[in-house]
Amino acid sequence: MTQKNRLQGGLIDRSRSYTFRFDGKTMTGHAGDTLASALLANGVRLMGRSFKYHRPRGPLTAGSEEPNAIVELREGARQEPNTRATTAELFDGLVARSQNRWPSLAFDALSVNDRLSSFFAAGFYYKTFMWPAAFWEKLYEPMIRRAAGLGSLSLQDDPDSYDKGFLHCDLLITGAGPAGLAAALTAGEAGLRVILADEDYVMGGRLNAETFSLGDMAGHDWAAQTVARLRSLPNVRVMPRTTVLGAFDHGIYGAVERVADHLAVPEAGKPRQILWRIYTKRSLLTAGALERPIAFENNDRPGIMLASALRAYANRWAATPAQRVAIFTNNDDGHRTAADLHAKGVKVAAVIDTRPGQPVSTDYEVLQGEIIDTAGRLGLTRITVRLAKGGTREIECGALGVSGGWNPNVSLTCHQRGRPVWEEGIAAFVPGGTLPDGMTVAGAAQGLFSTHAALTSGAEAAAQIATDLGHAATKPDLPQAEDAPVQITPFWHVTDAKRAWVDQQNDVTAKDVKLAHQENFVSVEHLKRYTTLGMATDQGKTSNMAGLAIMAEIAGKTIPEVGTTMFRPPYTPTAMGVLAGRSRGTDFRPVRKTPSHTWAEEQGAVFVEVGNWLRAQWFPRKGETTWRESVDREVLQTRKSVGICDVTTLGKIDVQGTDAAAFLNRIYCNGFAKLAVGRTRYGLMLREDGIAMDDGTAARLAEDHFVVTTTTANAVSVYRHMEFVRQCLFPDMDVQLISTTEAWAQFSVAGPNARKLLQKVVDPEFDLSNEGFPFMACGEITICGGLRARLFRISFSGELAYEIAVPTRYGDALIRRLMREGQEFDVVAYGTEALGVMRIEKGHAAGNELNGTTTALNLGMGRMVSQAKDSIGAVLSRREGLNEPVALKLVGFKPVDPTHKVPAGSHLMTKGAPVDAAHDQGYVTSACYSPNLGHHIAIGYLKSGDQRLGEIVRLVSPLTGFDHDVEVVSAHFVDPEGERLRA
Amino acid sequence: MRIPCPICGTRDRREFYYQGAASMLDRPAAEAPLEVWHDYLHLRDNPAGGTRDLWYHASGCGSWLVVERDTVTHEVLGAALVEACDAD
Repeated sequence: MTQKNRLQGGLIDRSRSYTFRFDGKTMTGHAGDTLASALLANGVRLMGRSFKYHRPRGPLTAGSEEPNAIVELREGARQEPNTRATTAELFDGLVARSQNRWPSLAFDALSVNDRLSSFFAAGFYYKTFMWPAAFWEKLYEPMIRRAAGLGSLSLQDDPDSYDKGFLHCDLLITGAGPAGLAAALTAGEAGLRVILADEDYVMGGRLNAETFSLGDMAGHDWAAQTVARLRSLPNVRVMPRTTVLGAFDHGIYGAVERVADHLAVPEAGKPRQILWRIYTKRSLLTAGALERPIAFENNDRPGIMLASALRAYANRWAATPAQRVAIFTNNDDGHRTAADLHAKGVKVAAVIDTRPGQPVSTDYEVLQGEIIDTAGRLGLTRITVRLAKGGTREIECGALGVSGGWNPNVSLTCHQRGRPVWEEGIAAFVPGGTLPDGMTVAGAAQGLFSTHAALTSGAEAAAQIATDLGHAATKPDLPQAEDAPVQITPFWHVTDAKRAWVDQQNDVTAKDVKLAHQENFVSVEHLKRYTTLGMATDQGKTSNMAGLAIMAEIAGKTIPEVGTTMFRPPYTPTAMGVLAGRSRGTDFRPVRKTPSHTWAEEQGAVFVEVGNWLRAQWFPRKGETTWRESVDREVLQTRKSVGICDVTTLGKIDVQGTDAAAFLNRIYCNGFAKLAVGRTRYGLMLREDGIAMDDGTAARLAEDHFVVTTTTANAVSVYRHMEFVRQCLFPDMDVQLISTTEAWAQFSVAGPNARKLLQKVVDPEFDLSNEGFPFMACGEITICGGLRARLFRISFSGELAYEIAVPTRYGDALIRRLMREGQEFDVVAYGTEALGVMRIEKGHAAGNELNGTTTALNLGMGRMVSQAKDSIGAVLSRREGLNEPVALKLVGFKPVDPTHKVPAGSHLMTKGAPVDAAHDQGYVTSACYSPNLGHHIAIGYLKSGDQRLGEIVRLVSPLTGFDHDVEVVSAHFVDPEGERLRA
Repeated sequence: MRIPCPICGTRDRREFYYQGAASMLDRPAAEAPLEVWHDYLHLRDNPAGGTRDLWYHASGCGSWLVVERDTVTHEVLGAALVEACDAD
């Protein structure tokens, strides 16, 4: 195809030609083109099908507000649905496909919807797919989903990376048109740290699309020169291809920089896009204005677009949808388009102005009237004009520029609930109400539409901001620029139209708006949701205004009385990928590895995620085919000889100060004041409401020094809680806390041979005998010839056991040393599963038992709660409701038929009583197969469980159909007298 | 959202952990009636306007702060170390 609609001039680089494909057809464009401008230059007006009626559509705009020209870009894993052809930069080899059509764009089977349009009016879905309800999931929803929706996903992983970044500045300027450039120059030269962001790849805004001169330069040359000057200032960061998406609390802005969207593939090592969080002292919104269309019969044919877009395509991109065009306008700006196109050699068939006394031209005909219909199935061929003086006239043309006036781009001013206010002089909303913190608005975004006003208001706003921030500012030399007043007579839609499209993206007509009103959807927010006007990817940037105006007209109200819907972030559609950044797949969150991780990997350990930690779950050996075989072996070998487990993940909190013991007395429900130096004690922490929060041990290393352990899961929250108690509740105590979880590598060494093994590494001056270092002893020692270490004689497994801690960097060496020294005892490494089995065999509570609903009483530790002191939770743990005689008690269960499991989560029922919630007797919290007992066991809560030992109860799970008898037993399945751990 | 930590300076909200109303500072005496404890634990004002609440600078200095802010305008009026504050 040739570029038959390519004009002379423009800001494209004709020395660089790019080949691209659209729907399989190969075409050529130039560097500087968008996909839309290149397609228009190649004579393509039809670019998509509408959402609901599948009507043929072409671009309405030349920017990010585009409702129609939405395509699927790229192929394979980079395939990207719903991309606006009007902003997609052309690159060599670009591939695009139209969407929402089958089998082809020119012949679309579902365009039958268009013929049936009388059935598809506003609220169609709400009214039609109501009955029968059962049809919704199976029939209606899949059918609607197939028919609607736009592009398709590749269903492959995105091969590109996305980054997040943080920027700080004195002043963020959003929009690099004349106002933004003048402001950046003023603020930059005053020495402010300035960020200038613009969504376009060429800065200058409308200066690139107009033929105005600034002083003695072309507007776009002045823009380019100013950008170059700004780039030379070290305190100014110029960010093209960067969309400011939202204004958030306290001067924080979100922005997406499209680093590589204009390339076939991002440069090696570079991200595709960056999500910036920008912290500002002040911000200036110079986002310009968006033109709005007029609704009339069949106003959606390809070739009909905004007059400003027609002008931009001709001036900036040297492209036109057709060689013969017409203009329909209610303001003077429409006439500019006619003049510019005429100057480019495009035939202007007529300018139709709705106003009397409209400007005249010697170059083309100007008519007063309204367009009442158009023709052309896949592209405009003819318009029909109802003349003000009477009669109609048909005019042949391939493109029509429509101008209904301009709306200041107020979107970002509303993100903190600012509400725009109506300004009669320009017939548009301007920023109003409470603007986001520190925001100023200038230029067309403020309703100042002339280039002169844009330049001066931008410079003045920046100078004021500079002064506010304590910088001396001088206004730069600004060039002379046009200063035409706004001449507009509001005109929203041609009356009596059958189908005048208000929102082209959602196929909403003026009639739909009327119907919604008729059905009592009288609030703008209801109108939006009922008709879908203003929804989807363009968020009604070109359609909301007309919708409001028509609504006001029907309701007999003024536009400001009707009000606007809210604008919310993001300003334009944002890829999920850039919001996720690098946090995807295995990088979704950080991974914490234990000091023995490398060693465990070498042993072929299977790992389990515990919070962010990766812990060895079990260590399979050759010949073991199931996890149970490995776990059973680890348990049996530990109980028979000795086993080692990395317990570094447990939280460790260092507590120091003269009030350290008094402080522990507050945070634990049991007493710590009398704990002797060199001894360790189990401690239970309650929440202030009396529910158990966490448990662990506190070891007293010195009179004023304790080491507190927490569960792995609660390490962070317990530390925070302890700081709360220290700083907020008992600030007068002399106590300091620090988390040392990462500072120490800690291993449990458990089993009858634990002492013998440790004696091989602990330096000989330390006595490990049962007398010298009894159960619950603790101390600071040295090992391996002088390495400082901490030793705690505590046991989770119920065996003779120690926990030994060394500075983290020695953790890897210590596990290797212990395993080597332990060979003579047939030492075994055990993982979290074996750890769990042994603690259930011993009846020790863990996270499953401390589940946020249980009390010390439930845990069988009711007597531990000291009555003699005030500790957190002590008062409310004495509440009547928590101390009922039939309270749940932690007990053990074994199956009556030893082949049965005792699944956790199942509920306990009294034999012979009904199985329902009212008769619930409790539930099983933790279960496992006990290799020592040879059958499954469990622990859990049973009403008055401690009184019911020996009773046979029913264990049921109605969900899975499980229903078997279990015997209530003591939770201490192994060594109930505790002889082993004291050995 | 940004919070002016008296020790670290103004920092992003994500460095902080939110606890709740600053009334948590008024812990009743152990012998106080159960109703007083109930109020302390469970009853909260839900103001449209000024409020004082507790934030913990978890990814910063580790201080607990009383932050004064406006729930309507989102304005943060100030922050002080709990240790330097009297609860009210």
